[in-house]
Amino acid sequence: MSKSTVDLPPKGGFSFDLCRRNDMLEKKGLKPQSFLKTGTTIVGLIFQDGVILGADTRATEGPIVADKNCEKIHYMAPNIYCCGAGTAADTEAVTVEAFENEKFVLYCRHGQLTAAITSLPYRSRIKSCYSTDTSEETSFQAEFHNFQLNYQGYVQAALVLGGVDVTGPHLHTIYPHGSTDSLPFATMGSGSLAAMSLFESKYKEGLTRDEGIKLVVEAICAGIFNDLGSGSNVDVCVITKGHKDYLRNHLLPNPRTYVNPNGFTFPKKTEVLLTKITPLKEKVEVIEGGDAMEE
Amino acid sequence: MSIFEYNGSALVAMVGKNCFAIASDRRLGVQLQTIATDFQRISKIHDKLFIGLSGLATDAQTLYETNTITSGYQRLVFRHKLYQLREERDMKPETFASLVSAILYEKRFGPYFCQPVIAGLGDEDKPFICTMDSIGAKELAKDFVVAGTASESLYGACESMFKPDMEADELFETISQALLSSVDRDCLSGWGGHVYVVTPTEVKERILKGRMD
Repeated sequence: MSKSTVDLPPKGGFSFDLCRRNDMLEKKGLKPQSFLKTGTTIVGLIFQDGVILGADTRATEGPIVADKNCEKIHYMAPNIYCCGAGTAADTEAVTVEAFENEKFVLYCRHGQLTAAITSLPYRSRIKSCYSTDTSEETSFQAEFHNFQLNYQGYVQAALVLGGVDVTGPHLHTIYPHGSTDSLPFATMGSGSLAAMSLFESKYKEGLTRDEGIKLVVEAICAGIFNDLGSGSNVDVCVITKGHKDYLRNHLLPNPRTYVNPNGFTFPKKTEVLLTKITPLKEKVEVIEGGDAMEE
Repeated sequence: MSIFEYNGSALVAMVGKNCFAIASDRRLGVQLQTIATDFQRISKIHDKLFIGLSGLATDAQTLYETNTITSGYQRLVFRHKLYQLREERDMKPETFASLVSAILYEKRFGPYFCQPVIAGLGDEDKPFICTMDSIGAKELAKDFVVAGTASESLYGACESMFKPDMEADELFETISQALLSSVDRDCLSGWGGHVYVVTPTEVKERILKGRMD
């Protein structure tokens, strides 16, 4: 990198510096890498007073369980939560990006959830990808048309978004390519088929809170036990008008068994070649205030 | 072969009672040929915050950039120093993890081939550990995190050997044994270990003897 370009950090968005190198490596026969995925069963349904979202808590990397108790229900606004499935980094980034999308924030503030959500899908992603001046809608749109093909579906995040606003409860699904659905009940992720089978047979309008939670838990459990990409515990989030209950680890159907209560002990000491001990100094706290210094 | 297996690495971090330990192997190889047996994968950000970078060694060094002046804006040490100057304090581990995650996600479509492990003591010396994939998906854990080519065997070793609330000395034994037994089942990592045990009062850095085959 030349000296002149070193100083200023970029304003944001993606950087494509390493793409050519990585393509070259791939062409040389190196396997492309696998990312952390949330194999996932995520669901949501509308009940008589609001929305219930549910998720499992397994994160996978290929066939390895990378995290046994991860969080898939993300906070978006006090009245909106969002379940993410797909590449873990993308679901996280997309939900964080929403905070930075002023349209989304504005609509949320005015309680227009549907509008907020339709402002979300790919537009916000492209916008922050290219950090164009957002006030210039026309230049942004031109940019958007140029690049939308590059991004459609490449940011691999499938979302189930639920919330309650002035017009009542809403539930939306957002696909990686940016299309949205508004439904009374929805499922996403690799366990979506198992979960949907329960919704299809048991969902009815005007469910009570308890019935709703029970159905969501059943659907997630169907994913946990029938889909290998989903597993561990059930997280539930109940959103009603002006209130929400985030029930983290609402159900623990897979507790760890056969743990030795005494733990593991090592009779022999590990062979150490060299030890270096660095004592840490106490940080001196400087208390400001008191008498001002004389001029 | 995956590019993550080009140099070989094993990284693990564990939480103890008001302390944490982070350990790595010491081998640097080019596929099956060993190049160095004293390679450093763990680096210090400040006294109570360490980062280990597994994966492709060239990317790990670029990302960290230890001792050159021409560090670019994205390098971790540079970014931390900038933060220190601006804020007049050290970064909290949680903040640093978000920084690393953002730097990695910036290269979402052409990533660094690095999987970081971050361990530090936060407010009131509460231990924090975390790992990420190469595009910055944070994975926070309460017990232990692993990365590198020996990660699969490390998962198994840690899962059985770890117990909560260990004191510094016991934590050292546990992490060392987990590391040594795991790298014995991985051709690409090994040649001893490098272990840091950090308590609120001191940092103990030890070099372990391991198999040399």
